Amino acid sequence: MTRKTIKVDLLARVEGEGALKVVLHDGKVQSAELNIFEPPRFFEAFLRDRHFTETPDIVARICGICPVAYQMSGVHALENLLGVTVGGPLRDLRRLLYCGEWIESHTLHVYMLHAPDFLGYDGGVQMARDHAEAVTRGLQLKKVGNEILQLLGGREIHPINVRVGGFHRAPRKRELAPLAERLKWAREAAIETARWVATFDFPERERDYTFVTLKHPSEYPFNEGRIVSNRGLDIEAADYDAHFEETHVAHSTALHSHFRDGGGSYLTGPLARFSLAFDQLSPLAQEIAREIGLGRECRNPYRSIMVRAVEILYACDEALRVIEDYEEPDRSFVAVEARAGVGYAATEAPRGLLYHRYHIDDAGTITDAQIVPPTSQNQACLEEDLVDFVGSFLDLPDEALRHRCEQTVRNYDPCISCATHFLRLEMDRA
Amino acid sequence: MPHRKPRLGVWKFASCDGCQLSLLDCEDELLAIAGALDIAYFPEATRGDVKGVYDLSLVEGSITTPHDAERIHDVRGRSKTLITIGACATSGGIQALRNFADVRDYMSIVYAHPQYIETLATSTAIADHVKVDFELRGCPINKGQLIDVVSAFLAGRRPNTPAQSVCIECKLKGNVCVMVTGTPCLGPVTHAGCGALCPSYNRGCYGCFGPKETPNAPSLSAWLSGMGMNEKALERIYRTFNANAEPFRKESERHDAQNDQG
Ligand code: SF4
Ligand code: SF4
Ligand code: SF4
Repeated sequence: MTRKTIKVDLLARVEGEGALKVVLHDGKVQSAELNIFEPPRFFEAFLRDRHFTETPDIVARICGICPVAYQMSGVHALENLLGVTVGGPLRDLRRLLYCGEWIESHTLHVYMLHAPDFLGYDGGVQMARDHAEAVTRGLQLKKVGNEILQLLGGREIHPINVRVGGFHRAPRKRELAPLAERLKWAREAAIETARWVATFDFPERERDYTFVTLKHPSEYPFNEGRIVSNRGLDIEAADYDAHFEETHVAHSTALHSHFRDGGGSYLTGPLARFSLAFDQLSPLAQEIAREIGLGRECRNPYRSIMVRAVEILYACDEALRVIEDYEEPDRSFVAVEARAGVGYAATEAPRGLLYHRYHIDDAGTITDAQIVPPTSQNQACLEEDLVDFVGSFLDLPDEALRHRCEQTVRNYDPCISCATHFLRLEMDRA
Repeated sequence: MPHRKPRLGVWKFASCDGCQLSLLDCEDELLAIAGALDIAYFPEATRGDVKGVYDLSLVEGSITTPHDAERIHDVRGRSKTLITIGACATSGGIQALRNFADVRDYMSIVYAHPQYIETLATSTAIADHVKVDFELRGCPINKGQLIDVVSAFLAGRRPNTPAQSVCIECKLKGNVCVMVTGTPCLGPVTHAGCGALCPSYNRGCYGCFGPKETPNAPSLSAWLSGMGMNEKALERIYRTFNANAEPFRKESERHDAQNDQG
């Protein structure tokens, strides 16, 4: 009888444009849909007939907020195809680049997009009026991430220095030195960030997620590792397609990823990484995680802001390690030669697992490409969160409930532009 | 009468969000900008209302759907000054690659059910649809230039964005020309603004700031072909992030056409 629809027409503070619709029926949540207005951009089609060396520049344009993730997944998949391994200082520099992206992207999310939800502001700029110190700290911390990207990548958005096999130019040791000073400050700012977000008020909601993440024997995951879950999955990136599939259904504007064989949804990103690779965080990051009250596992998505803060701290530590160990390589890249084949890679974008697959021919021309962004992988899980949680917030007044729904979406830091498969679709209101 | 701060709207069409993110990447200036302008609509950063009139609208992205082709008229209608930011908004962006193909083929490559998709056959610049007061180039735009454009708006002056080529920036920086070592470079025909970034990192420019004013692309192509680039490669080099900007489009089509004859 009492049918009520909560609509948030334009979801603010997510990258890209989306709306969400939750349908209630007799006090129960009937469905939750995240609808995306993002026009399709067809990257997998653009990549066909391009030379493989153009990949890092093209895939960067999928998303302005995590271009490095696309570049890294792309170059790793192609190196997998070409039978090339990039090791030593070049491999470390790639970790450093990823640190820069994690710092700037996570900090942007924490301060400008997510914290306002907890403190009751429309956005970071409005929050700055009452929390000037925090917002200023956030902006300066983000800036340190961007300084890494600028030095190593040439610029923050769509770096120009990444190539298959390494970099166009490797930095001199003395160029990196000033960054170390900045990162020492950033490490303190990250600790303050973690302590600050831990004071927020968190809804006590948990779900028994299937976490999926990359896992490396000795490092917190960025670029390499096996794809694992907390339910026994343990595969190479090359086997991704055998275990996961994307479906295109009428009710949703996005391709949804699922386990094949009806295995359901899964969660990738900070909670999954943290829960499955806690031991590989730096000692300081582990210590701060404990201090702010996180266990070794986190299944409360609202606390993802705390986990992000811990990951920012880890990224500062890891960046410092790389800079301290850095020896200038003789060459800035490993030479690669075209050969026909197929290559696969997955890396850890700030928002979660990002999978790429390429086929190229003898001339080095791409004949087929597949890209599965984190937002597609998380979308089914996100909608389940909404169905699961909204029911317990129903006694809130409408505006507060609407706000809680938006917050539930923003827990994911969904990057809608990067979900290359998102598109506009009229909703069925029957 | 109290002084009213100018209302700023930041609008998005088909894009990667990178150009509007440049505003949030102005870490040192953001709070000052927020002090000088009323950030009334900027969904990437804040909840806010679409309603009302905007003194300054920054528009990112290209027109690729029937809905967006209408929405841009609405945005223009309530904007006193409308500035487009980035290659998507000024030339159609990378999504304009569809203009050279059949968009139905693209849909079937990416989607299992192309019938669910609503899209135009082309991706076009904002200026192809409405009057634009100023265009800022780049994929992404340069932060410094963005700040200059916003300050220029506030001060009521023209923005200081040079119309020369990347080669001039190279010379100013004292870079050794990468063409000397046989690396193809679009710098001679590309709009300045990045500070000759790619040549400073030992690589050729790939044209992300789009064509400079009055570029001589055929002459550059002759050079590049002398360096060993074939027709296919020449077609591709002009078809990246500004593929639909006229001088690049014409030049790529010239090589495409020759391909077809061959
Ligand atoms: S011009 Fe480039 S950076 Fe700007 S929105 Fe378009 S793709 Fe992104
Ligand atoms: S490197 Fe490129 S941009 Fe620089 S001078 Fe040479 S051709 Fe011009
Ligand atoms: S050199 Fe060319 S491709 Fe590189 S950033 Fe500048 S305009 Fe873009």
